Amino acid sequence: MAMTMRFFTYASPPRFYALAGALIPWFWIAALVLGAAGLWIGFFQAPTDATQGDAYRIIFIHVPAAWMSMVLYLVMAFWAAIGWAFNARLASMVARALAPTGAMFTFCALWSGALWGKPTWGTWWVWDARLTSELILLFLYLGYMALVNAIDDTRRADQAGALLAVVGAVNVPIIYFSVKWWNTLHQGATISATAAPKMAHTMLTAMLLMTLAFWAYAFAVVFMRTRAIVVEREQQTEWVGELVRAQGAQ
Amino acid sequence: MNWNSAGEFFAMGGYGLYVWGAYGVTLVLMLAEPLLVRQRHAEARRAAARTQEES
Amino acid sequence: MTPPPVFSTVLGRDLRLAARRRVDALLPLAFFAVAVSLFPLGVGPEPNTLRQISPGVLWVCALLAAMLSVTQLYATDQADGSLEQMLLAGGSAFSAGIAVALAKAVSHWLVTGLPLVLIAPLFGVMFDLSGRSIAALCASLALGTPILSLLGNVGAALTLGVRNGSVLLILLIVPLCIPALIFGSGAISAVESGSSARGHFSLLGALFIATGLLAPLATAAALRIAIE
Repeated sequence: MAMTMRFFTYASPPRFYALAGALIPWFWIAALVLGAAGLWIGFFQAPTDATQGDAYRIIFIHVPAAWMSMVLYLVMAFWAAIGWAFNARLASMVARALAPTGAMFTFCALWSGALWGKPTWGTWWVWDARLTSELILLFLYLGYMALVNAIDDTRRADQAGALLAVVGAVNVPIIYFSVKWWNTLHQGATISATAAPKMAHTMLTAMLLMTLAFWAYAFAVVFMRTRAIVVEREQQTEWVGELVRAQGAQ
Repeated sequence: MNWNSAGEFFAMGGYGLYVWGAYGVTLVLMLAEPLLVRQRHAEARRAAARTQEES
Repeated sequence: MTPPPVFSTVLGRDLRLAARRRVDALLPLAFFAVAVSLFPLGVGPEPNTLRQISPGVLWVCALLAAMLSVTQLYATDQADGSLEQMLLAGGSAFSAGIAVALAKAVSHWLVTGLPLVLIAPLFGVMFDLSGRSIAALCASLALGTPILSLLGNVGAALTLGVRNGSVLLILLIVPLCIPALIFGSGAISAVESGSSARGHFSLLGALFIATGLLAPLATAAALRIAIE
């Protein structure tokens, strides 16, 4: 009972605002430490690849970014659905805060994928299953952001966004499967453009550390953005009034 | 250690443009994003202060 | 007093409106014709190239024609308040929403999708497709255009009354139509190159069933969100 109470306590915007504010610096520290460790191992411990040379080291941001882009979409759809089902304002705000970061990671996955593909396979862009699916995922993110932005009524925007995010989440496996199918039909023997080299132990460790670093970063930025959204939406309330007065006095 | 000098490190076996192009853009975005969010937060607080004054 | 049959009422009304505004109903077909004709002009008249790109070109243009015409479904009804009436009629709000969604999808398909299936052979000939390929073209569009109508409906309900709704709808719904596009155009390409299109048609059929079951639910939910 006490656990449930405490869980729902933080569903209140002012309490979340305070808690998030306290946690954000720690997430930044974690992101920096994990990132430094991951990059150290990735660049100084992991050996040069026999086929791809040092170009393969892009993998240490490409794969974590791709993973984050997919995870954040599911998390976004989850919180949006919670916000819709339980009429929980804060959940909807978190969903909106997740979208730009997810889109950013998707773009980084695409950008790093292209820069990896050029020296390895000869072209800047290859229509392989993974990159094409990432591109479609970017469109899904942009669609969500465009929809919630276009609807002026906040509650309607949150709900419509939630429906779209859930429909998108359900479709992602179908889209991925159909793109894989399409890819094998048309490319025949061509190997995936972003096929990872045979993974040495150090490479895996570096990738894992970078993924955790990106995760910590995502927490930090998404919490920051949620706090901004909370203030935007709760402008009229007393607690925000006290907050800006206290900060104005500083 | 994989490299014998800083020069080698930046050259990345000839792939420097690609590796640093990828890392560079990612880093820029991951610096710009929190800065933009901080700006948004500050603007929100300013707007809230104005709204609170009017009421 | 028994509640009026929402599905048949809405469907009948939409078809009557489309019959009255025949020019509006024909616009998506005209768009399809123009868009398809642009490709040879842009790509060059070489028959082999055209034959190879035709499944994709025809399918993409059909997709866009469907998406461009789907916002019309709800716009006028919402403007004059009849959409709310339709949703309030019927046994429960939930079943009324699904009935409206299905009726709108069927009417959109009858007005836009079915004609596309019927005129497609003309364009198949323009691209020098074989007889068997043209048959595959019609079959894949016959299965695919309902999927497009159903998905387009979800988008139209989501963007109801929103500014730039039709362009926004395309951004939202087109990614969801990609599996249908892949299986649909792939079926035609398979037949054209002599291999079996059974896999493609099976997947397209499965997609048709899944979409038919799930899309009206999503549309009904979106309508409730928009109307409340």
